[in-house]
Amino acid sequence: MNKIFETPLYPYRRAPEQDEERIMRHKVVVVGAGPIGLAAAIDLARNDIPVLVIDDNDKVSFGSRAICFAKRPLEILDRLGAGDAMVEKGVEWELGRVFFGEREVYRFNLLPEAGHKRPAFINLQQYYFEEFLVRRLRELEAEGRPVEIRGRNKLAAIGAHEDHVTLEIDTPEGPYNLETEWLIAADGAGSPTRRMMGLDFVGKVFEDNFLIADVIMQADFPTERWFWFDPPFNRGQSALLHKQPDNVWRIDFQLGWDIDREHELKPENIDRRLRAMLGEDIRYELEWSSIYTFQCRRMETFRKGRVIFAGDSAHQVSPFGARGANSGLQDTDNLVWKLRLVIEGNAPESLLDSYDFERILAADENILNSTRSTDFITPKSEISRILRDAVLDLSAEHEFARPLVNSGRLSVPAVYDGSPLNTADALDGPAISRPGAPCPDAPLGEGFLLERLGDRFILLTIDADAPDEIEEDGITVTRLALSVRDDTTGALKRRYLGDEPSAVYLIRPDQHVAARRPSWNENLFRAAIRRATGKE
Amino acid sequence: MTDLILTPNLDNADDFYATLLAAHEGLTKKESDALHARLILILANHIGDNKLLEQAIEAARKAG
Repeated sequence: MNKIFETPLYPYRRAPEQDEERIMRHKVVVVGAGPIGLAAAIDLARNDIPVLVIDDNDKVSFGSRAICFAKRPLEILDRLGAGDAMVEKGVEWELGRVFFGEREVYRFNLLPEAGHKRPAFINLQQYYFEEFLVRRLRELEAEGRPVEIRGRNKLAAIGAHEDHVTLEIDTPEGPYNLETEWLIAADGAGSPTRRMMGLDFVGKVFEDNFLIADVIMQADFPTERWFWFDPPFNRGQSALLHKQPDNVWRIDFQLGWDIDREHELKPENIDRRLRAMLGEDIRYELEWSSIYTFQCRRMETFRKGRVIFAGDSAHQVSPFGARGANSGLQDTDNLVWKLRLVIEGNAPESLLDSYDFERILAADENILNSTRSTDFITPKSEISRILRDAVLDLSAEHEFARPLVNSGRLSVPAVYDGSPLNTADALDGPAISRPGAPCPDAPLGEGFLLERLGDRFILLTIDADAPDEIEEDGITVTRLALSVRDDTTGALKRRYLGDEPSAVYLIRPDQHVAARRPSWNENLFRAAIRRATGKE
Repeated sequence: MTDLILTPNLDNADDFYATLLAAHEGLTKKESDALHARLILILANHIGDNKLLEQAIEAARKAG
């Protein structure tokens, strides 16, 4: 049994407020020390925005939970200073096997696209991820950055005002009050913040239950992902096996909606399923098991004045495609630079409305994708089952049918098409880097492009002139000058120029493209900067 | 853009129809349904044009 998730990492300590008459006002309070809350706090602290994290617990997540981290979140974690720890510990797999009924229908190799620093994704238990984030937060704290985490501080009441939020917090030593200018609610699917504010989800699309079993296996199983449609050991449902670090294997059994939870969680019933799936003679130790229930839905808006929702508190998807934690990290990536500019007085509060626009667009895309996967995995009607089975039968014989097999479309970042922060595309360049798109990585000498972009506004020039630095109404934009002469792999040209000889890109702090043109034009780029910061 | 062909286009309509019926001979309803589903997917992939396929779905829907 892994002990990491049983050790208090941020035990309760008495806070100054508990001995003060006066109520203190904080700059930003984050509710919830899960992956999303911790990432938000780290990003704010690195930017010297004071942040306090409160959590009703004092440990990392219990059990493995989210286990698949995709490339874009890993790139974000690089910026936060936790990417290396993740990738070093994580497991990469490339070979997938698909089973239908009693037989294996086909195998596939992912063959990830070359020229990116980070892999398409890694498998890693959520408790490791949270442990790395807590460690990073502690490092920042030790460097004197303005960040604090308070364990066993439970939100008991919330009052939303025009320019601040009041909080009542329960602790083992009784309640206390505090105020904050901004509140980030990263308190999960059952978000107490959301409930206390009387806000709820709209558009419930689908619901299902999964029995999750993490087993430590004695046998040498290959590092592959196995997905079963309608297997003999779980008729009418699906199952998934994939590897995590430390010889821990994640096994997901889809159960359907109407189930007897207690019955399913009995060790003898889990054992029966495992043996039917992996063989009678399998030797294993059960690390963790749980029944996971999900729904596909989102809040109508992710921001209510000074309270901003991020991650599962704002939106929930099915686990197919690993779009939960991955999209939550992109929420905070989108939010933190905007909140920083607003707090620093360099952007109007209305800039935060674009968080709502952009991340709702992403949430809807995730819900659409995970609903399509669900429709394939669990056909809703007789004819959809006939078609699904036809796809699987054909996939054994003919390659054409394999792209139709949908056991989850891996989380990829949303392109913020139509965002109010975008300037109309003025370059006949590749669609992959159009305004609103996350910058694709590319090798640059010894390093990679994304490392060079960092987290400030950047003017990326490729064989084009531009000033080394410009300032527009408090926003400093620094030039990164590149040339196709340094582009040894051709990836930069392929991803940013296409057939154009030169380009100038305005890139946002979250590494999404705000504007692009074939060449520098001061007036147009100044307008693009204003637009990208909510001033036009 | 190519439009969906809805005028006679088969080399020999009677031969094709006989072949289609023959493929179902001796099959149960369930097997026939599965065969149809596979056939539709194979043909759709051969056409390979979502716009055309949408027109085909629409034409099929309206004729019933």
